[in-house]
Amino acid sequence: MSEAATPGPGGVGGSGHPGLWELARTFNTISLASFGGGLSAWSREIVVMRRGWMTETEFLSAMTICRLLPGANQVNVAIFVGARMHGPGGAAAAVAGLIAIPFVIIVALCAFATRYQHVGAVQHVLAGLTPAAVALTLSMVWQTGRKTLRSMVPFALCVATTLAAAVLRVPLWATMLVLGPVGVFWSYRQPAPAHPGASG
Amino acid sequence: MSPARTLQICLLFGSSSLLSFGGGNAVIPQIQLRAVHTYGWITAEQFSQAFAIAQAAPGPSTLLVSAIGYQAGGIPGALLATAAMILPAWVLVYFAARFWLGAKRSRWRIAIEEGLAPIAIGLILASAIVIARSTDHGPMQYVLTVIATLVFCAVKLNPLWVMGACGLTGWALAM
Repeated sequence: MSEAATPGPGGVGGSGHPGLWELARTFNTISLASFGGGLSAWSREIVVMRRGWMTETEFLSAMTICRLLPGANQVNVAIFVGARMHGPGGAAAAVAGLIAIPFVIIVALCAFATRYQHVGAVQHVLAGLTPAAVALTLSMVWQTGRKTLRSMVPFALCVATTLAAAVLRVPLWATMLVLGPVGVFWSYRQPAPAHPGASG
Repeated sequence: MSPARTLQICLLFGSSSLLSFGGGNAVIPQIQLRAVHTYGWITAEQFSQAFAIAQAAPGPSTLLVSAIGYQAGGIPGALLATAAMILPAWVLVYFAARFWLGAKRSRWRIAIEEGLAPIAIGLILASAIVIARSTDHGPMQYVLTVIATLVFCAVKLNPLWVMGACGLTGWALAM
């Protein structure tokens, strides 16, 4: 809690580049925090809010690009952030930090799956953890949405995307193909310095 | 591990890596079909258990493939499956990131970043809805979700405390 400092305006990248070990350690923290889910919310919490490595907009655009590319979204985000901070080594360090300990945990748990599968307490704790993971994700929507959805067009785009992805289950590429250009065109037509964090 | 199995692991997870558009869950049906029915590395029940464990365990849920690789070929199988699933996408994302970050901060790049932000938020909201629906949320879990969301939004504290409290609540109420 003591290190929960928000990045100053325009202070992106100003804190210097973290080393490889620092990257691996940070993504290990993100990974271990996501017990029960909510990995993308944790990534934002730590990369944007605590470390101030990226601005809100930069992180959101990285997330969108990572969703469009093949691969697990959160692994892709780690590669993206690692590459942004420290080149190919950084991308490798971030992924290694993200998956090393979970790999050991998952393989160990599966090897002993039969021993755990009928333990009621484990199931009940997990049943409580899922709402927490969903809640963390919802709070991320609230926190980023409050800053980003400040007029009708972005708000409508957000609602349309949610409906397409969660209710109609439209494939992601189709959603992006239709809504992506609308968003970019709208943003391009806005008066010049639309976002304070965009310069730098 | 026989050479044939090594090759099967590389091909199945390597191709899945490049086909997993929209996240790792997109290729789970294909992996299930091959691992359970074509190659017989694992039973359908074991596959579902591995899925639940990968969801609940910390880290990306794509590490389901580590568990399947383990069933197919022990620790070497687990390492190979994980590497095959991550490396091809790694190369693609790395170069995409390089290209994106190397592009000048033009008006267009800012427009793309800001224009895509509302869509990203919509996708995050959608993932919360899909998760809530797919994990058999009962009335108690919805109540817990609402309370935890309010706490996360209103109070600035380490989310781990809330996660811990929710886990305990789940255990106490035996949902």
